[in-house]
Formats: sequence, C-alpha cells, structure tokens
Amino acid sequence: MTGETVIIDTAARASLWLQPHRIVLILIAVGLVASAAFFMRWDWLPQYWEMGLMGIWRALWILAVTCALGFMIAVPVGLAQAAGSIWVAAPAKVFCTIIRGTPLLLQLWLLYYGLGSLFPQYPWIRESWMWPYLRQAWPYGVLALTLSFAGYEGEVMRGAFAGVPKGQLEAARAFGMSRWKIFRRIWLPQAFYRALPTLTGETVLQLKSTPLVATISVIDIFAVSSKVRQDTYLTYEPLLLLALIYMAITGILVFAFSRIEARIPVKIG
Amino acid sequence: MTPHPPAGLSTHACRRPQVPADRASNPGATLIESFLPASAAGIVELLSPAPVGWGGTLLVGLLHSLEIAVGATIVGLLIGTWGAYGKLYGGPVVRDLFAVYTTVVRAVPELVLILLLYYAGTDLINQVLAAMGYQRVDISGLVAGIAVLGFVQGAYSTEVIRGAILAIPQGQIEAARAFGMSPGLLLRRITLPAMLPFAIPGLANLWLIATKDTALLAVVGFFELTLATRQAAGVTKAYLIFFLAAGVLYLCVTLVSNFLLGRAEKWARRGMPSIKDAR
Repeated sequence: MTGETVIIDTAARASLWLQPHRIVLILIAVGLVASAAFFMRWDWLPQYWEMGLMGIWRALWILAVTCALGFMIAVPVGLAQAAGSIWVAAPAKVFCTIIRGTPLLLQLWLLYYGLGSLFPQYPWIRESWMWPYLRQAWPYGVLALTLSFAGYEGEVMRGAFAGVPKGQLEAARAFGMSRWKIFRRIWLPQAFYRALPTLTGETVLQLKSTPLVATISVIDIFAVSSKVRQDTYLTYEPLLLLALIYMAITGILVFAFSRIEARIPVKIG
Repeated sequence: MTPHPPAGLSTHACRRPQVPADRASNPGATLIESFLPASAAGIVELLSPAPVGWGGTLLVGLLHSLEIAVGATIVGLLIGTWGAYGKLYGGPVVRDLFAVYTTVVRAVPELVLILLLYYAGTDLINQVLAAMGYQRVDISGLVAGIAVLGFVQGAYSTEVIRGAILAIPQGQIEAARAFGMSPGLLLRRITLPAMLPFAIPGLANLWLIATKDTALLAVVGFFELTLATRQAAGVTKAYLIFFLAAGVLYLCVTLVSNFLLGRAEKWARRGMPSIKDAR
C-alpha cells in the first residue's frame, strides 16, 4: 500500500484488496441489490427486454460510429492547429472553441430543429436521395455527436501532435521520407499513443452523451427506459437498471482501452 | 412533488413542426429569406428584450442557468473538499465509500443521474417530512437543480482537489502540524491556499462543465436558457435564430469565464515559477 516496491503475487494482492471491512461493505451492497430485486417491481422486464436490447445496441452503434467519424475529423483539426498556417489553424481553433463552449444539447437541438426546419423549404433537397434520411432524427444525432467528439478530441490531438519530439520528424525527413509517409509512419502513430489515455476518457464522456439523442426521438436505451416509466408509472426501477447498464458499458470500455494501452510501446519520445 | 415523466421526453411537443405550405412551395425564396423566417429588422425585433421580442426570456433563462451553475459549483466544491479529505485522511470505510461515490457518478450519464436524483431526492425529503408529521413541500426547481448538479460536480471536484492536495510539498503540511496547528486551521491557512494553484485549472474546467450541464435540466422541465430558447423558438418558429442566439450567449459565458479564470490562476500562482520554468 505504501511506496515500497514489493512484488506481490496475485493471491496476496487479492487478500490485500479483500480486507475485512471490504467484505462487510460488499455484503451490504449485495443485500441492497437483493432487496431491490425482491421488493421492487420487475414484472415489466419480460415485456420490454427485447426493446431494451435493441436500445443498448443502438446506443453502442451510435457511440462507435460517432467516435470513429469524430476521430477522423479530429486528426486534421488537431494537425491544422499544431502545424498549419494561420489560415487553417484559426478556423480549426474557432471550431473547437464553439463546440467546447456550448452545451451539446443546444447543438443537437440547433441541428435537429434549426436545420431540420430549414431543409424542407428546398424542393431540390426534398427530391434528392438524401431526403429519406434527412427526414429521420438519427442523422442529426449522429452529426451532433460526431462534431462534439471532433471538437473535444481535436484539442487533444493538437497537444498530441505538438508533443511528438521534433527530432523524430527531422530524422524521418533525413531518411528522405515524403511528407505523407512521415505523417503516416511517424507523426500520427506517436501522436495517437500520446492521445490514447485521454481517448479513453473522451470515449466514456461520449457514451454518457448518447442519451441526449433520446430528446430528438431516437429510440436508444434511455428512450426505452423513459417509455417504460410512462407505461408503468414506475419511477425508480427503470432508472436504476439504466444506471446499471451504463456502468457496465463504462466498465467494459475502460477495460478494453486498458488492454489496448497495455499493447503500445511504453518508451516513446 | 409526484414523479412524472420529464417534460422534454414525454409530451411530444418537441416534434419538429411542419413547414408552412406557402413557404415550402416557394422555390424563389432567396437563401437569406428561407434561412431566417424574418428579415434583418425582424431578427432585431425577435431578439429585443421588450415584450414583442423574446430576448428578455432568453436573458432570464441565462440568469437561471448561471444561478444554478454558481450554486452547483459551490456545493460541488464543498463536497469535493470534504471528499478529498475523506479519501486522503479518512478511515478505510470512508475511503471506500468515497471511491464508490466518485466511480459511480463518473460512470453514469449526467442525464440519468439528474432524473434519478431529482425524483429520488424530492421524494425522499417529502417522505421524511410526512413521517415526521409535516406537510409535503414543493421543492423548487432551482434548489433541486443546484443539489443534483452539485452532487455530480462533487464527484469530479473530489478528484481534482485530491490531486491538488497531493501536489502540495508534504513538508509544508508537516511543518504546520509541528507548529501545533489544529486540523481546521491547517486546512484554512495551509492546505487550501497551497493547493489552489494546482487545483484552479481543473476547477476552471469543472465550472465550464457546470455551465453547460445546466442545459440538461431542460429535460426535467426547469426553465433555463436552453428550455427558454426552445419555447421562444417553438412559438415564433424561428428555430435557427434562437438556437444560434443561445449558442452565442453560452459562448460569451465560456469566453468571459476563461478570461477571468486565467487571471485567477495567474493570481494563485503568484510568486511561483511559471510552468515553463518549472519543467
């Protein structure tokens, strides 16, 4: 527990962790969960669990798509701020400031209600192939969450790109690598390793932002729990289960990222 | 307060309005005209603080947002200081309980926590009051919002303040103890001032998060800037103007806060080597 560096095998670590007071606390927690399962009403579960799984799937899908797209936007945004001329750095900076300076809920509603009320006025949009998508809610949710992730992660990537030692890039140039190859082989991987610990946090934050899409009528797991609450007039049960589901997803995410982090070379720069 | 589904989700009043037929069928409308349902003079009129416009409504909403953000930050700081002390100096049980608190609050979406605490908190208080033989009270949205957001903020500030206290050179605290300072005096004279320069960047971030998290209270029907904006936009159908105006207001709050907090950090770090020299 203190600063001594002692090699502890797994069994000893488990016994260190499982101190007597922890056993009592765990028993209390188990008792609380058991009494919640016993005394609260869960008879609505069989009716809604299929819908709930659909909702979880949709939330995870939104999370994956918006993080992937957002990261793709974040790389040029970060690079523009770290190395670009003022003509690309300034717009990127403004983009990050605006995204980070306003609430996501407002951005979401601006896109959904604002743009959504704007598009139908143009006949060419209504006649185009995009219209069936633009009439639905989820593209606006995906767009808002993507831009939000890009804004926050762009700022992280700016620091990560700037943090790669100059000597690495100079060495690559001395080897005669083209600019694109330097970026692909040296700059981006090292910046990505640097950004990875914060990427975990950003992804968890993004997961916690996904329930906002329920406010524009996308049926994710949060919306399913709201529907259960309206149908059954129960307040706590659906919300508690919802909190548990989000905690489980967060735990899985953090674990997965720690496995990825363990794989990257430790000594960088 | 009886539990009821949140205003923003239950009533599908938020369904996007259909565009009036006359404008939809008018391809000749210029970009600006269709972009904004009113002309430039109309925008000024819509946003003016006088009763014809909705600017006053937005400003009242902004005021409510700021009230909640300030209150939640203060509550969060109190919980955070207490939590940091508990995590650092508390007994094993206290330490574990605070660890559970910070982990759970940071793993569950704020929206879910707000709904849960909003209903559970008001319900609990009323049940306690009823058990003690008092009448039910209607807890105002302001108080509930401050309490709920403060509880969420507390988890984050616990971690920030804990890290900042750990960054204080331990000799300073030991010296204070050696002089026989009581724990209260030690906190007031040594720990809090000495941790401030380390804590301000993190706490500044938390303040910005608090101002933006107030928007989530729109979902439980509290009248703050985002809900005010949606009402104004819903009545006038000028969605883009009002949401953009609210965005500008939020952005102003952020930029002004950034400026002031930068000054505060400079002040707290006075006499210390700059971060560049310290490296």
